[in-house]
Amino acid sequence: MLTAFRFNTRFQVAAGILVLVVLFAVFGPLFPGRGDPFATVGGLYNHPSASLWLGTDNFGHDVFTQLMYGTRTSLVIGLVAGAVATLIGVVLGTLAGFRGGLLEDALMGFTNVIIAIPTFVILIVLSVALSNRNIVTMALVIGVTSWPWTARAVRAQASSLRIREHVDIARLSGAGTARLILIEILPYMASYVTMAFVLQLASAILNEAGLSLLGLGPSNVVSLGIMLHWALLWESVRTGAWWAFVPPTLMLTFIAFSLLMLQSSMNEVFNPRLRTGGAQARRRLARPEIRQAPVGGAGVAADPGA
Amino acid sequence: MRTFRRYVLGKAAWYLLALAAAIVVNWYLPRLIPGNPVDALVAQLGGSAQGEQLKHIHDVYVHEFGLDKPLWQQFVIYLGNLLHGDLGRSFSFFPTPVLSLITQSLPWTIALQVPAIIVGWLLGNALGAIAAYRGGWFDRGAFLSSLFVSSMPYYCLGILLVFGLAVAIPLFPPSGGYSFANTPEFSSEFIFDALGHYWLPFISLVVIFIGGQAVGMRSMAIYELGADYVNFGRSLGMGDGRIIRYIFRNAALPQVTGLALSLGTIVTGGLITEIVFNYPGLGSLLFSAIRQNDYPVISGITLLIAVSVLVANFLVEIAYGLIDPRIRAAQSGDR
Repeated sequence: MLTAFRFNTRFQVAAGILVLVVLFAVFGPLFPGRGDPFATVGGLYNHPSASLWLGTDNFGHDVFTQLMYGTRTSLVIGLVAGAVATLIGVVLGTLAGFRGGLLEDALMGFTNVIIAIPTFVILIVLSVALSNRNIVTMALVIGVTSWPWTARAVRAQASSLRIREHVDIARLSGAGTARLILIEILPYMASYVTMAFVLQLASAILNEAGLSLLGLGPSNVVSLGIMLHWALLWESVRTGAWWAFVPPTLMLTFIAFSLLMLQSSMNEVFNPRLRTGGAQARRRLARPEIRQAPVGGAGVAADPGA
Repeated sequence: MRTFRRYVLGKAAWYLLALAAAIVVNWYLPRLIPGNPVDALVAQLGGSAQGEQLKHIHDVYVHEFGLDKPLWQQFVIYLGNLLHGDLGRSFSFFPTPVLSLITQSLPWTIALQVPAIIVGWLLGNALGAIAAYRGGWFDRGAFLSSLFVSSMPYYCLGILLVFGLAVAIPLFPPSGGYSFANTPEFSSEFIFDALGHYWLPFISLVVIFIGGQAVGMRSMAIYELGADYVNFGRSLGMGDGRIIRYIFRNAALPQVTGLALSLGTIVTGGLITEIVFNYPGLGSLLFSAIRQNDYPVISGITLLIAVSVLVANFLVEIAYGLIDPRIRAAQSGDR
């Protein structure tokens, strides 16, 4: 497993970008002079200079400091929302796939109904209805709305695992449902769930950015989407103040790209037959590749895994 | 034909359920806004009014919006109004009906998104099929750049395009759907002007959509490459173009469902892109409505998006059933 990871350049590149982004967000604010993203250090859209590396935004805040805190907010919301969504998806999907029958029909019916409604619409309506939006409520709202894809994918896995021999043997030796799920089912889906989590993480970060850009972001903090919101509102794009919108745009792109690349390279490690080669070398695949959600209400178009 | 009817009816039942859920969510959630929407409206309108007067205005609106009735009755009234195409009145442009605000913006959004989705789907799938077939460096380059582009949020590419091609190098107009000097009308001058404003948002949607479709198509086409018909065709000495065409047709089927699944994402992504370009469509309307706490407009737009995505999804699934008889046969059995 580890050797496979070592040989996968795409995995290394993606992980490298991610580590840099995380270091930037975690340790950046600890440097002297970076303590307060809302400190007024200049005027309206000051140009980048030796002391203000990325200039100032429309309020005279230091864009570089804002970028650190904004990235941090986006990552935190992404992690919490991604974890919530993956947890709900795995619980519902495993239950449905493992138990089958009426429970499966009911749970998957519910999931299919929710999937049909565009996530971002539910997100907008929910965020508008929330009076006090902070990082935690935003993350919960995003997590609670984006689990259906994971539930659907996990159900397919769980119901194919259910009829495997090792599960039958465990069942014959008298293992209970909880034990079967925890020991015989979940570990076999671990790679799958990890990839689903990475996708949920990317999608949550993009959803937060989209909501914040619309003006529905968390209050009293800065996030990448909020930076874009103000940049658009104050016409920085059209007045040429590139330092106000290019940094958050690139940061979002890097985060999303590295997460998706991470997922697709993990997919190749877990599913070796997907590796690229000449057309002649390929054979029809025996087992379908992971097919997860179109990621991100606000951003990513199609499913990268499929 | 019987099975096809069952397939359609089954699908229709699921989509009706989803529609009902969407309507209920869209109707109920705005009611959770603390200090109901009427307070917001009164606060916006009655800047100078005081005491008794304010309370009177408040009562009038509570009555007009039917907020003094029980919840179920409010819902019935809401449904009735919906059927008449009545989405309420805008707060910020009171008393303009929400519907007329939406019908002003809707043509812009449709004109932007429908061609972008069709063109992007065709180009993206063609690129994916070619990349899978050619393999090697072409494949690697096409795959990586598609992955990069498709992981980019629509609005991010939009922002970079506006800055690069409209501000830094002024090739295109940076904002709006038409010049300020023009008014929307059917004249060659206006249409020409609108087309000039059209390119940039269109390109930013199409490029990202191409990326997403190409990534999906590539992995579908890789399945097809090992198929007997490909080897047979090759051994007959068929040209690459012809084999790619066959692969495309076979691998495109799942991509049709893929389109249905990602439609909601594309549409909402496109709406946010409009904001970047100040494009006079639904997205920009939504943006200003959120800024002004114009709840009726917000929920009118979200309802419209939800309903149109549901309807489009349903149509794609029906089309899919028509194209692929296996699906009909397989799915008419269960749900």
